Amino acid sequence: MTSYRLPKGGLVDRKTPLSFTFDGKRMIGLEGDSVASALLANGQLLMGRSFKYHRPRGVLTAGSAEPNALMTIGEGGRTEPNTRAPMQELYQGLVARSQNRWPSLDFDIGSLNSLLSPFLGAGFYYKTFMWPAAFWEKLYEPFIRRAAGLGKASYETDPDHYEKCWAHCDLLVVGSGATGLAAALTAGRAGARVILVDEHARIGGGLLAETALIGGVAAPDFVASALAELASLPNVELLSRTTAFGWYDGNVFGAVERVQKHVRAPLPNVPVERLWRIVAKQALLATGAEERPLTFGGNDIPGVMMAGAMRSYLNTYGVAPGKSVAIFTTNDSGYALARDLEKAGVALAAIIDSRAEGAAPGVYSGTARVITGAYVSDAHGGKALASISVFKGGKTETLSVDALAMSGGFNPIIHLACQRGERPTWSDENGAFIVPDQRKGLTLAGSVATTNGLAACLEAGAAKAAALLGDLGFAAQASSFGTVEGDIVPAAAKPVWSIPGIKGKAFIDYQNDVHRKDIGLAVREGYGHVELAKRYTTNGMATDQGKLSNVNAIGLLAEARGISPGAVGTTTFRPFYTPVSFGALAGTSHGKHFQPVRQSPLHNWAKKNGAQFVETGLWYRSSWFPRAGEKTWRESVDREVKNIRINAGLCDVSMLGKIEITGTDAAEFINRVYSNAFLKLPVGKARYGLMLREDGFIYDDGTTSRLEENRFFMTTTTAYAAGVMNHLEFCTQALWPELDVRLASVTDQWAQMAIAGPKSRLILQTIVDEDISNDAFPFLGAKEVSLFGGQLQGRLFRISFSGELAYELAVPAGYGESVADALMEAGKEHGICAYGVEALGVLRIEKGHVTHNEINGTVVPGDLGFGKMVSAAKADFVGKHMLSREGLNDPNRAQLVGVAPLDPATTFRSGSHILEKGAAATLENDQGYISSSCYSPHVGSTIGLALVKRGASRHGEEVLVWNGIRNEYTPARLCDPVFFDPANEKLKV
Amino acid sequence: MASLISCPHCGSRPKEEFTVKGAALARPEADADEATWFDHVYLRDNPRGLYDEYWHHTSGCRRWLVVTRDTATHDIAAVRDAADKKEAAQ
Repeated sequence: MTSYRLPKGGLVDRKTPLSFTFDGKRMIGLEGDSVASALLANGQLLMGRSFKYHRPRGVLTAGSAEPNALMTIGEGGRTEPNTRAPMQELYQGLVARSQNRWPSLDFDIGSLNSLLSPFLGAGFYYKTFMWPAAFWEKLYEPFIRRAAGLGKASYETDPDHYEKCWAHCDLLVVGSGATGLAAALTAGRAGARVILVDEHARIGGGLLAETALIGGVAAPDFVASALAELASLPNVELLSRTTAFGWYDGNVFGAVERVQKHVRAPLPNVPVERLWRIVAKQALLATGAEERPLTFGGNDIPGVMMAGAMRSYLNTYGVAPGKSVAIFTTNDSGYALARDLEKAGVALAAIIDSRAEGAAPGVYSGTARVITGAYVSDAHGGKALASISVFKGGKTETLSVDALAMSGGFNPIIHLACQRGERPTWSDENGAFIVPDQRKGLTLAGSVATTNGLAACLEAGAAKAAALLGDLGFAAQASSFGTVEGDIVPAAAKPVWSIPGIKGKAFIDYQNDVHRKDIGLAVREGYGHVELAKRYTTNGMATDQGKLSNVNAIGLLAEARGISPGAVGTTTFRPFYTPVSFGALAGTSHGKHFQPVRQSPLHNWAKKNGAQFVETGLWYRSSWFPRAGEKTWRESVDREVKNIRINAGLCDVSMLGKIEITGTDAAEFINRVYSNAFLKLPVGKARYGLMLREDGFIYDDGTTSRLEENRFFMTTTTAYAAGVMNHLEFCTQALWPELDVRLASVTDQWAQMAIAGPKSRLILQTIVDEDISNDAFPFLGAKEVSLFGGQLQGRLFRISFSGELAYELAVPAGYGESVADALMEAGKEHGICAYGVEALGVLRIEKGHVTHNEINGTVVPGDLGFGKMVSAAKADFVGKHMLSREGLNDPNRAQLVGVAPLDPATTFRSGSHILEKGAAATLENDQGYISSSCYSPHVGSTIGLALVKRGASRHGEEVLVWNGIRNEYTPARLCDPVFFDPANEKLKV
Repeated sequence: MASLISCPHCGSRPKEEFTVKGAALARPEADADEATWFDHVYLRDNPRGLYDEYWHHTSGCRRWLVVTRDTATHDIAAVRDAADKKEAAQ
């Protein structure tokens, strides 16, 4: 045990101990701890195993860049793998498990990979597992996946819920350190709508680990009073535990708030995570800077840590990193840690400063040994740091230490600013990749903009916020916060990429186990371009997305290629800044809420009649209505079909799209959207209409009835109901706004039922008050009717999809069920049956009627025998002008045709291809395909509709129907697509 | 992930409420020659910069709009009702 809790200090609540387990071992932490700080306080340095070599790893950072201390938190459906221990707040009863080790964290078989490391260098899987190819899927990949891994997700359902919301503000401030707080206070005091987000549980950023005084008070106390003031302002929203992960078009920021990830039992009525889309008039990026690791041998041994992180554990959590600490730094920031460690009484073995001149004058007044112009070349130890080698002037000295802090300078966290295509440039002056402070909608301030020191950051945050708000019309005064005392302001230092004297493995990307030599190998093998090196070595491709590793890799690439880091350039920045859970992205769109169920007004009627339902889009349509004794769906469907041809049936067709079209130009409008003529459709008549796309292909079909001179009622297919409405709106608004037309979707307003069969009139007449005899209401009649002795008004259409005498009756949706019940009751003595879409399909195939099986985007009217429905008289309609194109008039085009097997005992399926008799099954010999097929009780065999080359002129030809997937060959004959009543005698009685 | 379109009728709304159709081209006259129609139906410019597109406020006011969008930055320079465009052109 090396790290330990100090007797005092930190922002943890020492009166509230929390018990938790790590790999089953019970430990005690404090309220305010992160899992990482609690483990350190318990002396648990070893927190995980590395990805490839299974090396023992401890926590490296105190924030979201953590590459090592990734754990599985929670149990059951709440199991969350790959949680970064510094970001996970401790709670009573928390269960944490380490990952990527077997059988245990202490003794891990996978660590044998270290011995194989000569074979596991960059690109090893491209070289090692090349052949035989068949081994890849069965052997190599499963092996690699098992050996190299992160945590495992649970198979159990997540019991929690998530939500998404929008927010709007004048100023969004990302980051709540000195800069962000100063900006939020300035903007909040000016009355602007402010949202302040910070990824940590506590607002305050780096101030929480700071020992300097601001305006005479300690930095954490300054934070507390700022927080109290911000909380009192109604125009300010504080979102802690919220990561701004993306910057999108329209200055929309994506952020994820971890609302209840810090509690054991989330409240069921509050989401555990909330995805914010924040629309900001202006945004201030105050994300600070990420400390750079140093690439020396063994820089991953537990006990080696970022200097800033060590300072956080010390000052924020009251945890000492060890009994004897060394600091390896390239800049003055390491001395702030030195000062704080000494003040806390932690023994400081040495400060190793890479600069020959050491710290700036006045920065350090402590007593520790300072070795300037020196490097830590190697750290030694297994599961805990034991000693370090200090390399100076060609000589190596060994120091016994149990903790080592490192600071290789700072990378401004410019991620968000670069997500929309901006490329950062290298600044030698700052030793970092930077971007300009200003861009439309997003401004940088503080250390992300290379401003150093608390005083300067406070001033910059306030000034930038005041300027941005001034542009928005607010009279904002930059707030001031008094003098800052005791702050060490580190000047930018020259980066140190290559460290001399290294013996062991020096890691760049901790999470993906990429080390120094991998970069050299990538350059030697021709993968020196930054994007290639990334993929060849996998540097920066882990879940931390290279937050710590990318710039070091670029620095080493630059050295290996003999160019500047700026010439190497960075890889592309993309959302998300840190991983976002699928739950948050899905929000409420899961389970039943993923896709709503759409029920027809006759759904309950169908259910009462025993319907089997089928999902078609959002709709639940009745497919067939089985009766007692019927064992297969075919028995039910055959019975329904036969009964309709003899007696009558009732089918729910409420799902058809229904559009009411009114206005003095309604007829002219409809005439322009259908290919056939509608201008002279008489009042009280329905007509089948064909709707084309502008390219001449058929888009949809349906019937349109003229109810009054300037009132039409259009029906569309179920699938295209929404699309046709959009199209008609486009035509009225964008193409012909001068026409006086209004459209209303009335699909949901009407319950519509088809009553088909020879006895349909007899049955309908029992509830319709008007005379509906053939003379009074002939085929294609359409009118408003009075029902039940004037109790109800409905609309009756004499149209038929089945080829039988048939009607469609529409009544207000709420009356649908009782009207259907009344018709079933009245029809009982005439043998009425309920029928579903399967029987509907059989009836229409027998009659040769098309649906979207045939209108599949490849057919023009002529292909379906609808050539006469293309009006030659009309000067214009949608689709007219392309129909004359050569390809659309090719005599070899596929045309609608009927198909029946030669032997009625044989069958074929939709999708099967048509071959000439005796032809081989090749692409060249393909004649077309079956678009619809069914068993026809009327014909007594399977029948089909097909789209076949020159089909209309090939009736009677023997062909072969071939199903290549099932290897079925069915000899068949092409025929007229109308199998039933071609003279339409039954239709018009 | 998200961006906004300022509908002239509904104000600033998330783009998920809208459906894009494509280039906002004037439909040729009925008697235009086949080449003109072919161009209208099939040929599209692919400019870098401002581009007029038809967008439908499908989950809002259901008006068709002409959105002038920068294809490189996705900045929206102007939004007007598609019917107004027709009037302006006449």
